[in-house]
Amino acid sequence: MNIESQDFYTQAILSMSALVGLTSFLMLGQGRLLRLIFVFAIQGLLLTLTTSLAAFSLDNPHLYISAVLTFALKVIFIPWMLQKQVLAMNLHRDVEALKNNTAVMLGGASLMVFSYYVLQPIIHTSSMIMLNALAVSLSVVLLGLMLMISHRQAVAHVVGFMSIENGLFFAAIVATNGMPMVVELGVAFDVLVAAILFGIFFLHIRTSIDSLDVDMMNKLHEVDK
Amino acid sequence: MNWIIAILQTTLFVALAPFLAGFMKFCKCRLQNRRAPSLFQPYRDLLKLTRKQPVISEDASWLFCAAPYIIFTAMVLAASVVPFIAVDLPTSAEADVIVLVGFFAFARFFLALAGLDIGTAFGGMGSSREMTISSLAEPTMLMAVFTLTMTASTTNLSGAIEHVLNEGLILRPSFVFALFALLLVAVAETGRIPVDNPTTHLELTMIHEAMILEYSGRHLALIEFASQLKFMLYGVLISNIFFPWGIAEDFGLSALGYGLLVITGKLIFLCVVLAFAETAVAKMRLFRVQEYLGFAYLLGLLGMLSHIILESTR
Repeated sequence: MNIESQDFYTQAILSMSALVGLTSFLMLGQGRLLRLIFVFAIQGLLLTLTTSLAAFSLDNPHLYISAVLTFALKVIFIPWMLQKQVLAMNLHRDVEALKNNTAVMLGGASLMVFSYYVLQPIIHTSSMIMLNALAVSLSVVLLGLMLMISHRQAVAHVVGFMSIENGLFFAAIVATNGMPMVVELGVAFDVLVAAILFGIFFLHIRTSIDSLDVDMMNKLHEVDK
Repeated sequence: MNWIIAILQTTLFVALAPFLAGFMKFCKCRLQNRRAPSLFQPYRDLLKLTRKQPVISEDASWLFCAAPYIIFTAMVLAASVVPFIAVDLPTSAEADVIVLVGFFAFARFFLALAGLDIGTAFGGMGSSREMTISSLAEPTMLMAVFTLTMTASTTNLSGAIEHVLNEGLILRPSFVFALFALLLVAVAETGRIPVDNPTTHLELTMIHEAMILEYSGRHLALIEFASQLKFMLYGVLISNIFFPWGIAEDFGLSALGYGLLVITGKLIFLCVVLAFAETAVAKMRLFRVQEYLGFAYLLGLLGMLSHIILESTR
């Protein structure tokens, strides 16, 4: 199964999955919040392109609605909201000193290998494109988790969470040619509600510990250690 | 007959290089709301410099005088290897892509030696910086080019380009990565803005300019010409590897003319994109350059990996 023998849709999906994986890595190594949010928006844009591609080539018009929703939410609304909050809380000048950045990146790379390893059995039952695209989306999910572990700012945690959702969404488009409309609408509104709730959480964390750095939460201990 | 066309192509390449540099300057000036110098200004500068008498320090050795000729020759030879308006020429059959990278390294080696030779502080500083950057940029370039050669299973540049041409439009993830990696390397290697500023007057921030600070007259003209050639080489390499459509496959007059037209269009497009990028981006601190090139290397590596993982037979 060479790439030359695949149709154009498969090639495009493979290219998209490679780029989505790249944006996940970029987010993992990013110390500045505004740039992190920008890369997140680019990932959303890639998802939108993938969805519209699937809608076009599979002749599945309801996927266009989902593409529009993705674009409105993940490329415009959520990044805009996060950016506004970062600017309002004056976090955009902080460069988060990532502890052992190299180890995190290497860990990310091994997570990618791990997802290929886990999905290897699938190859017997499905096509090659499925294996690759699923492996990339699984690693996007795992890299999102990794992003939440390795960064200390709460805003970065939210971006990590949202990128986990991106990974699942990508898998859904590629593997099942889009979920039913109801599910997609539900997920989209879940994400929207989550984004707004996170905004409220930011305010609360900030008023209680004067910072969005989650390491500072230790201040909430009753007894001094 | 083929040899005549190859020589003509190389001559055309060399003759057009200053024009491209002039066009690049024109784009940048227009974007920055300045009045641009004439497109032929680089030719006039080169002519003026060749007429002037070179001033050579009394501490300079023979190497200092020989280096410009060596560098210029290496660049002209490199220009003869790269398919410009036609593939399958005898010159490009003689040498493959590793030789091309070797020509670049050869020229850079002599340029760095010439910078050290005169014994001034800035020359040595420029040489050390140039070598640091190129030690990071060269593996990336090789990695990006190897992605192409692995796909085409030949290291011959015109063979690889023909392979890409013949199999039609195939979207390869590895090529997307390799293209970005090669673009970043090209910016670093030709000394354009985020890495080095070719128009700087501040000795402390110079890289390329610091090495050639002591050159004057025809020596300076040759080195300037060589760096214009290098700029065009990277441009042609990027546009012909990744977007080879339109390059002449036979040596009929109409095919060659069409090829020239298409490559001019591609180079103009590339120049405009580069001018936009240079206007939007500020120059990096020197110690950030290794991050930038590390990212380029990551892209090159990802290109290679996605060629192996995503595209290969299983």
